[in-house]
Amino acid sequence: MKNFLVSLTALVILGACGQGTESKESIGLVVSTLNNPFFVELQEGAVAKAEEAGYKIVTLDSQNDTAKELANIEDLISRQVSVILVNPVDSDSSARAAQLAIKAGIPVISLDRNLNNTATISHIASDNKAGGKMAAQLVGELLADGEEVLVLEGIPGTSAANDRGQGFTEEAKVLGLNIVAKQTANFDRSQGLSVTENLLQVYPNAKAIFAHNDEMALGAQRAVADAGKEIIIIGFDATPDAVQAVSDKIITATIAQQPKLIGSKGVENAIKTILKEDISANVPIELKLVK
Amino acid sequence: MNKKILKYNMIVLGVIALGIIIALLEPRFFSLNNMLNVFRQTSVNALIAAGMTFVILTGGIDLSVGSIFALSATIGALMMKLGFGVEVSVLVTLLVGVILGMTNGILVGYLKLQAFIATLITMTFARGLTYIVSNGIPVTMNQSINGFDRYSYIGGGYFLGIPVPVIVTMILYAICYWILKQTKFGRYTYAVGDNEKASVLAGIKTEKIKVVIYSICGFTSALAALVLTSRLASAPPTAGTGYELDAIAAVVLGGTSLNGGKGSILKTLLGALIISVLANILNLLNVSSYYQMLTKALVILLAVVGHKKT
Repeated sequence: MKNFLVSLTALVILGACGQGTESKESIGLVVSTLNNPFFVELQEGAVAKAEEAGYKIVTLDSQNDTAKELANIEDLISRQVSVILVNPVDSDSSARAAQLAIKAGIPVISLDRNLNNTATISHIASDNKAGGKMAAQLVGELLADGEEVLVLEGIPGTSAANDRGQGFTEEAKVLGLNIVAKQTANFDRSQGLSVTENLLQVYPNAKAIFAHNDEMALGAQRAVADAGKEIIIIGFDATPDAVQAVSDKIITATIAQQPKLIGSKGVENAIKTILKEDISANVPIELKLVK
Repeated sequence: MNKKILKYNMIVLGVIALGIIIALLEPRFFSLNNMLNVFRQTSVNALIAAGMTFVILTGGIDLSVGSIFALSATIGALMMKLGFGVEVSVLVTLLVGVILGMTNGILVGYLKLQAFIATLITMTFARGLTYIVSNGIPVTMNQSINGFDRYSYIGGGYFLGIPVPVIVTMILYAICYWILKQTKFGRYTYAVGDNEKASVLAGIKTEKIKVVIYSICGFTSALAALVLTSRLASAPPTAGTGYELDAIAAVVLGGTSLNGGKGSILKTLLGALIISVLANILNLLNVSSYYQMLTKALVILLAVVGHKKT
């Protein structure tokens, strides 16, 4: 048994060494998590673009953990990839790791979330705040004055929750929407269900729900349907489930980011960097209202 | 004597106290509709906590319940989607739970791994497998699939005006109560947790007991998965994340000792109820999520200190 373990360890180490350094034209992609369909699509978009252009791409998953992210970036530095695309776990706490890469002479492009105080050569993201604003405008169009609006918030402290919430709240103020409750359901479908059930007890006359992501919106839909109510529900992300739900008319709308496009634009800019072409520092990816 | 009564009824007193506070803060809590909501919301955690109580009674712990929840939900939903029908899907869902639970039991019982490590391994393994099976995307059922209506009755239906998940929970707790109070196996469960060496000397096959105990826990986790998946008509791969902590909290709130050998299954149910009542009332009062976490921490602290003091 012991021998077996020793040889297994040796094998793993050998394997790790065998990978060695990458050829000069490879691109590194560090994704915050592949446990979320959104980032899976982002990664697919990047990989497809790289394959199409004939570049090698290495994807590493940070599993929403900045420590793992740091290790991933360090790995890519030692593999000597040409460009690193980082989809940070957190705009602030991921910055240090990205700065290490830049220090090692590898240009960094940030995807979806920005890196604060970091000299990235390009930032590619859709504007979450603009998305929140879009949702508020749609609510404004569909609701009469003073009708009650509920908000299901994402995981407290995440940039998506902050930005979408801020965009929605600011525009709601401008339009005079009546937001009666904001509660977190942690981007989770089952919590979206239970929190909405609870809120409908207190606000039985609510006419609209804005959820910071589609999973919560779909959970909310379940609660609304069970309560036999007709409520406008707006999600965010346009996941396949949500798009289906919109076309079945069981939720009102969702706001589509284009994760595939974020990924492929990222690779496009990475390739341009390798070829020493100019790239723009900020590439906004359009949001689409799906309704 | 008085002290003893107080000790054994701490949780009951806790529920009553919480009820009074809530009545003062938010009378709408007591609407029939909201009560049914709360009970239904309790069911998922209560089901998992039932199995967790068995494990903790033997002095063990099961960190893998959330992952077992996710894997059995995903595979069950996939079977439904592929048209295997309700019976097969339900059976497979529960079977996945039992198999994973049994694996825990074998690791803990026969290979003598510490429960924390053994179930940590299963937790990671099952979560990984969930992502592989689902490809990282929620498995969602639509109404056109074979047997959808009957399937969604499990989590979303009513029987005599009572939500089906609540009835499932009641039945499960009745059975667990009976097992622990009336059967030899129940007494062995307490014995193993109270003094394992003595149990071995007394001729109890502790390994076998553990395999069964962890299988029960796997089963109840899968049952919870069935209830929630059928309600949501969808199984996200992240489902069940952190559920182990809620289940452990319910058991501990119910006064079951993490050292094993002491505790009551019915009080676990009250523990689970406290957790969801708390979540419900914080929603009703529209308390900011930052403060919700503090409140939950304080309630658990109070409960545990209460148990210790009396």
